[in-house]
Amino acid sequence: MAKLRQIAFYGKGGIGKSTTSQNTIAAMAEMGKKVMIVGCDPKADSTRLILHTKAQATIMELAAEAGSVEDLELDDVLKEGFLGIKCVEAGGPEPGVGCAGRGVITAINFLEEEGAYEEELDFVSYDVLGDVVCGGFAMPIREGKAQEIYIVASGEMMAMYAANNISRGILKYANSGGVRLGGIICNERKTDRERELVSELAKRLSSQMIHFVPRDNVVQHAELRRMTVVEYDPSCKQADEYRALANKIINNQLFVIPTPVTMQELEDLLMEYGILKEDDENIGKSKTA
Amino acid sequence: MPEKTTVYKDFIEDTLKEYPEKSKKERAKHIAIIEPGDTSCSVKSNKKSLPGVMTIRGCAYAGSKGVVWGPVKDMVHISHGPVGCGQYSWGTRRNYYNGITGINSFGMMQITSDFQEKDIVFGGDKKLSKIIDELEEMFPLSKGISIQSECPIGLIGDDIEAVARKKSEEIKKTIIPVRCEGFRGVSQSLGHHIANDALRDWVYEKDVKGADVEDSKYNVALMGDYNIGGDAWSSRKILEDMGLKVISQSTGDSTLSELANIKKAKLVLLHCYRSMNYVARYLEEKFQVPWLEFNFFGPTQIFQSMRKIAEHFDEKIKERTEYLINEVYGPKLQKITDKYFPKIKGKKVVLYVGGLRPRHIIPAFQDLGAEVIMTGYEFAHNDDYQRTLEYLNDTTIIVDDMTEYELEKTIKKLKPDLFGSGIKEKYQVQKSGVPFRQMHSWDYSGPYHGIDGYEIFAKDVDMAINGYIWKKITPPWEKGA
Repeated sequence: MAKLRQIAFYGKGGIGKSTTSQNTIAAMAEMGKKVMIVGCDPKADSTRLILHTKAQATIMELAAEAGSVEDLELDDVLKEGFLGIKCVEAGGPEPGVGCAGRGVITAINFLEEEGAYEEELDFVSYDVLGDVVCGGFAMPIREGKAQEIYIVASGEMMAMYAANNISRGILKYANSGGVRLGGIICNERKTDRERELVSELAKRLSSQMIHFVPRDNVVQHAELRRMTVVEYDPSCKQADEYRALANKIINNQLFVIPTPVTMQELEDLLMEYGILKEDDENIGKSKTA
Repeated sequence: MPEKTTVYKDFIEDTLKEYPEKSKKERAKHIAIIEPGDTSCSVKSNKKSLPGVMTIRGCAYAGSKGVVWGPVKDMVHISHGPVGCGQYSWGTRRNYYNGITGINSFGMMQITSDFQEKDIVFGGDKKLSKIIDELEEMFPLSKGISIQSECPIGLIGDDIEAVARKKSEEIKKTIIPVRCEGFRGVSQSLGHHIANDALRDWVYEKDVKGADVEDSKYNVALMGDYNIGGDAWSSRKILEDMGLKVISQSTGDSTLSELANIKKAKLVLLHCYRSMNYVARYLEEKFQVPWLEFNFFGPTQIFQSMRKIAEHFDEKIKERTEYLINEVYGPKLQKITDKYFPKIKGKKVVLYVGGLRPRHIIPAFQDLGAEVIMTGYEFAHNDDYQRTLEYLNDTTIIVDDMTEYELEKTIKKLKPDLFGSGIKEKYQVQKSGVPFRQMHSWDYSGPYHGIDGYEIFAKDVDMAINGYIWKKITPPWEKGA
């Protein structure tokens, strides 16, 4: 058995982390890899496309019912989905109450103590909500957890801002925990010169744009049917894109300690790539001028 | 320069020189020597304790639950959060009360929401609602509930106010949410303030009704006495002897109704200024009830305070007061002084207490002939230091937020005959061979307030200072031939 690789997907909320990660993992499974997904989002929707249903039994919900997390067994929370992919959701509170970050910490500790990682696995993949808002959501990149981080981004300002911010989080734990940035996945939003812009940001972070995933409606069609593209329409072009990404991740050799840029650099970068010449001349001028 | 001043200056310098430069500079602002006649006391106070030192202070939760709300006996106080805070504050600060514990009084009970991991993750509001239902079923005679927030409540953002409003309507009782998370502020002092604000917002602003009281021009409220070892009862006796009618006492041995009734008094008599002045000022502004800080420690202060209080009333009260002082209390207390004065005369005392006693007890020690060489506060503010001046008639060291290291230095260098402080300091001091009295809880004794209190106080001080044990601390082999 090859050494277990622990990877994590981070990125701005709504960027398509869960969709991208599940499609990529489905492609990995196709290639015979054994993968476990750990959903670290209180919405518990990181495994929906693999299980074909929204996870009903999250670790924290079950723990709350049973009394405490110590009362749970691994079997209670671990589900198998498409091509034997193992799925577990940390779960957490409804919006506006409690502490979701603590839920992630508790859930991951539980999985470790119960030996979830000792099974025959090639990959454990963490899918983490939005930005790294607090210590809890940094849990997967702390010591002994995910070693490779893939940031899902697009050419939009806030997505790039989040990518840079997440890099700062990785940098913080890079020396103590050995976590590295594996690359940036560009999930196309059709912004101006998106491919070049995200490539450039990746370069500035000392990393790579590992893959450019083009926008394709088939993803939405598959998602409505609670499936990954790889399962829903294996012969489509988009499925091949995810296979390509899966391949790149499996064979990835470039793991770096990221070099986050300053806010000013980031804005300059966006100006350089994001704004077309004719718009540029009108910036800062009133309409009548 | 008087000899004392030089000695104290050397002591302070010697103490501070051990600190790193930055800490030394900071700590120097918290220690001062006050000379007779000084008109200002500019010790820095109410600031964050230095990292790395052992401070003697408590937290906001301690200030609210432990001091202000805990003694309200007919309410159930929930220590809301993980079990430790409630568990370690169980048993109160010896706030005595009358009543049947578990039936109509709940002071000695420890009630906690005992937060588990799931409560942190999912929030504790539902659990809190359930606890309130259960408390209502178990203790139907309680008059209300207070929710004392521990740290996690503020961290996870539980909406305890919403729970309080909803459940209060359901069970038709007063429920008071108190945001006294321990991490707030620099000491327990903010907890007192928060507790006072909760009293204002959830009792007076909500117009909670107290029991009917007959209106009288002699109605007074005794406030800020926590009845430690029966202090409030002893103070009350004097007031009643004077012909006044105590319609409310707070918060020692108090009820929710008494709290609500403070505003019906003609005069609020404030004992612990530091912990309840906020609500006294509010009541003065809102209901035009004047307030007065008084001191019932030792004959000098008792008589002075009695006269000060009597000034607010008619001739009848004033005459009665003079009669009591001259004919009853005076001779009685003089006998006590005569008995103990020779044994305590000239003894050097160091005090380090909370926010009021470091000044209030000084005259009682002086009545017995002792000399207070140093006094300090854990959590006093500027106004407390200013108010300390009137009690000092000799060169004295003043210290704010003393560290354990400074305490150790004080014992070694100033060699007091008695150290008065709290339980955490007690054993360090005693093991250094210095007599000690707990000045927070009166060491399982008390009361120390009032007429009854003076005798007990004098006896305890004598017992501590002149205890036979202290003559035995040098082992025979170190005594020399």
